[in-house]
Amino acid sequence: MTTDRRVVVTGLGATTPLGGTVPATWEALLAGKSGARTLTEEWVAKYELPVHFAARLAVPADEVLAKVEIRRMDPSAQYAVIAAREAWADAGAPELDPERLGVAIGTGIGGVWTLLDQWDTLREKGVRRVYPLAVPMLMPNSPSGNVSLALGARAGAHCTVSACASGAESMGTGYEMIRTGRADMVVAGGTEGAIHPICFAGFAQMQALSTRNDSPETASRPYDTTRDGFVMGEGAGVIVLEAEEHARARGAKIYAEFAGIGMSSDAHHITAPEPEGAGASRAMIEAVGSAGLTPGDIVHINAHATSTPVGDIAESNAIRRAFGSAADAMAVSATKSMTGHLLGAAGALEGVFTILAVHNRLAPATINITDFDPAIELDVIRGEHRQLPAGDIAALNNSFGFGGHNVAFTVKSV
Amino acid sequence: MAQSEQEILAGLADIVNEETGLDTDSVQLDKAFTEDLDIDSLSMMTIVVNAEDKFGVKIPDDEVKNLVTVGDAVKFIGANQS
Repeated sequence: MTTDRRVVVTGLGATTPLGGTVPATWEALLAGKSGARTLTEEWVAKYELPVHFAARLAVPADEVLAKVEIRRMDPSAQYAVIAAREAWADAGAPELDPERLGVAIGTGIGGVWTLLDQWDTLREKGVRRVYPLAVPMLMPNSPSGNVSLALGARAGAHCTVSACASGAESMGTGYEMIRTGRADMVVAGGTEGAIHPICFAGFAQMQALSTRNDSPETASRPYDTTRDGFVMGEGAGVIVLEAEEHARARGAKIYAEFAGIGMSSDAHHITAPEPEGAGASRAMIEAVGSAGLTPGDIVHINAHATSTPVGDIAESNAIRRAFGSAADAMAVSATKSMTGHLLGAAGALEGVFTILAVHNRLAPATINITDFDPAIELDVIRGEHRQLPAGDIAALNNSFGFGGHNVAFTVKSV
Repeated sequence: MAQSEQEILAGLADIVNEETGLDTDSVQLDKAFTEDLDIDSLSMMTIVVNAEDKFGVKIPDDEVKNLVTVGDAVKFIGANQS
């Protein structure tokens, strides 16, 4: 079996707070729209939650999937299946040996809705009313398993769990499956359906969420001096990775090359980023170096930038530590300013954006920056989205997760 | 109050449709749950519990293996409704 093969991206799929598909999401992103809205759910007032808004899906899953699919899958799996079907269709839904098609779909939180609904059912109605599919719905690998079922993928179906780096890590897992010869195509990404009162309450108690209740659309404001936390989002982002020779042989449309991945762990604190960015910068350096790139090749970064006071500065420091003055020439986008924070799907959705930025040579602007934080030493795109240069270009996607997980990957133009 | 066979069949067909997505017209008395309708044991458990609620009967776990066809289930429900 061939190893060390080049890997390209041949399909994209997403369901997000900005749109029910990749084209709808990308259009809203370039238009600088926010997906955050005031929540109308009764539980916000019932539990006196201090945060009243989130970025819910633009197109609810029950408008896309069959009733029985909604019933038998947790929201986390529903969103993954929606995005995977779009990505697979976008790749041309080619015929291939099912044993050469893999899946890698991560999630940060997993089937929290199913878990707690079924716990309520057990307590209130007894064991016979617990749904027999409770366990296969709540398990974190349920999205991965359901996508493998939906597409008939038999090369292996994996689930990476690394909090808000899960989606990016899955893409790395898919890349490795192809590079090492385990599969010719892998459907990879991340999903999250965790806008549940317990997640809200937990993040709020950590002081991690923005409390800008009177203005949800401007609450996610990475790099602004008045940023006060992230905005909960939901959705999924999925890409189709493919061995380059396989894609060329079938004449597939190629968006970009998935060029390299870097991963590290901080071992510093369970939630706080290591302030000097030592671990994060190692992941970035590895993502660039393993792709055969140099920092001078990177023209764009889709930053993790969640809009927390500490996290945005730590990442800025890590980028500087990794690339020094070469970072001056890297145009930075913080797309969570529009999508909110999709947790385990964040790195995957932002991976889709990074791929589109390289493919279309357009990097999205960051919205809601009215007073740019002078502590951020980055060229952050504000106002209008920015044209990226012609010729060979590359971009970097950063994702970090509670637990000290750092995942960075690079994408090259083809 | 006991329901007619047709009423029970229609109610059961709705339960099967909700759980599996199968068309209600495909749920006929002579159809076997496993062989003809491809309903697995997990779905069958849900159908049984929902049928208990809907028809006001108790279907013991031991009895479920005897409900091979839709007709078996309709007959059991009809005979055990109070």
